Amino acid sequence: MYIKQLSVFVENKDGRLAEITTIIANAGIDIRALSIADTTDFGILRLVVDKPYEAEKALKDAGLTVSLTDVIAVGIPDRPGGFAETISSVADKDVGVEYMYAFISRDHDRAYLIMRVADNEKAISALKSHGCDILDGDSVYKL
Amino acid sequence: MGIFKPEVECASRDEMKALQTERLKKMVKNAYENVPFYKQKLDEAGVSPDDIQSIDDIVKLPFTLKTDLRDNFPYGLFAVPNSELVRIHASSGTTGKQTVVGYTKNDIDVWSESAARAIVATGGSKDDIVHISYGYGLFTGGLGLHYGAEYLGATAIPVSTGNTARQLQIFQDFGSTVLCCTPSYALYLGEYRRDNNIPLESLKLRAGIFGAEPWTDEMRKQIEALLGIEAYDIYGLSEIAGPGVSFDCECHNGMHVNEDYFYPEVIDPETLEPLPDGEIGELVFTCIGKEALPLVRYRTRDLCSLNHEKCACGRTTVRMSKPVGRSDDMLIIRGVNVFPSQIEHVLLQEGMQPNYLITVDRVNNLDTLTVDVEMNLDTFSDTVKDLEKAKKKLEAAMQSTLNVHASIRFVEYGTLPRSEGKAKRVIDKRKIK
Repeated sequence: MYIKQLSVFVENKDGRLAEITTIIANAGIDIRALSIADTTDFGILRLVVDKPYEAEKALKDAGLTVSLTDVIAVGIPDRPGGFAETISSVADKDVGVEYMYAFISRDHDRAYLIMRVADNEKAISALKSHGCDILDGDSVYKL
Repeated sequence: MGIFKPEVECASRDEMKALQTERLKKMVKNAYENVPFYKQKLDEAGVSPDDIQSIDDIVKLPFTLKTDLRDNFPYGLFAVPNSELVRIHASSGTTGKQTVVGYTKNDIDVWSESAARAIVATGGSKDDIVHISYGYGLFTGGLGLHYGAEYLGATAIPVSTGNTARQLQIFQDFGSTVLCCTPSYALYLGEYRRDNNIPLESLKLRAGIFGAEPWTDEMRKQIEALLGIEAYDIYGLSEIAGPGVSFDCECHNGMHVNEDYFYPEVIDPETLEPLPDGEIGELVFTCIGKEALPLVRYRTRDLCSLNHEKCACGRTTVRMSKPVGRSDDMLIIRGVNVFPSQIEHVLLQEGMQPNYLITVDRVNNLDTLTVDVEMNLDTFSDTVKDLEKAKKKLEAAMQSTLNVHASIRFVEYGTLPRSEGKAKRVIDKRKIK
């Protein structure tokens, strides 16, 4: 029901992002989606990849602070209002969103949301009753 | 310029030595008979108070360390019962435990007279209005100069720190003539005056007595120009008394030590052997004029040199150079003593790795303390909110131990010097010297 997201601690230093992503590239890992949360001093790089455990190992071996986080991947229709309606269904159940990011797929009418919420179960039940497509790990990693 | 007590401050070396000998003998006897710690130390060193026949015999005596004060916290080194004490002061120690100092009535007089000598050396007299913007409290700065001013018969204004607009208003309304505060605050007051177009002519300030933190000659010039005064250095530490242990005269060529009360030596911090004049080593004081806390050869950790030549001002008292550093790793942040070991202690307590880098800087004339801490898996979270919370928690723990704000900056694991070996853990960007 959940997918594994890599969360990596990154210092705000020129070139650091390039160095970190090169580590993943050298391990033959393909990135599906990514986002960065930034503060003055540091950032958190969030990645969804095809092989999360291998990516975690590669980054750990390189000395980075990395964790695997359970997040929800939702398939939504790629049309005006597609996102607003989906997020409303979660908001209506009073589930807070910690962060999220979105990307579109190769199918022209479909988009995906990666969501980290305060209460996973409540969020999934809200999304399901709204008719959303909750993706499992394998289907996201192979996208 | 005036000299408060010429019979002492301008005494011949022989006269001074005779006075010091008499006081050292009395003081060692007091320490030996009334402080079990010193009885044991002297017995272990095989020295009896009778072996002290001249001030030169001081080298036979054992040293006292700051940790001795801590180990005997709070009153263990006091030579008098509580009924004889009239005041307690304290400063921060190496592990967050404070260093406690007690004073008898006579000790307060010794200290007040020492501070009065410093005020007189600026050309001060009973006619002065001494504006004290040091903090009042356990810190010795405020009350030290306050009692010095009163001892002299000048008028003390206990303004204490903060509220800069009010400080300037008091300068104008009360006609303050001498300002006492930290040099960084003096600079801040001067800049405030300039930026608010308060004319120098509306102030009666003529001198400033600044200490409790390191400062440069360049800062001296800036302060002098911004406040229209002559700036004087003052030195002190609470263990010995407080401000007034030594002070600047109009020659600004080293600080005159009140050596009839506080006998100074400079030693090699490695061999512990006394060093000749002009050589830089660790400053050591023996409180030959004090009753409550008769510290014997107290190692200040401040590095400086001594000069016994007669000064052009007429004083013959030995001069010490401005301290050029410390023989331990103590930092002075806004007048507060901070030890890297305290920071390490907090990190361990909070479940962090003891790998850290301290950066001290001076921003808008205020010292800033930043501690880089390595991120680890236990602390790491995928949300910014959690990391900000962890940062705030660490900052609160630092504040309660250090008594000064430290900004925490999370850095990547493995990027800071490791705890083994002689890692460089402190970067001091303040341009002192």
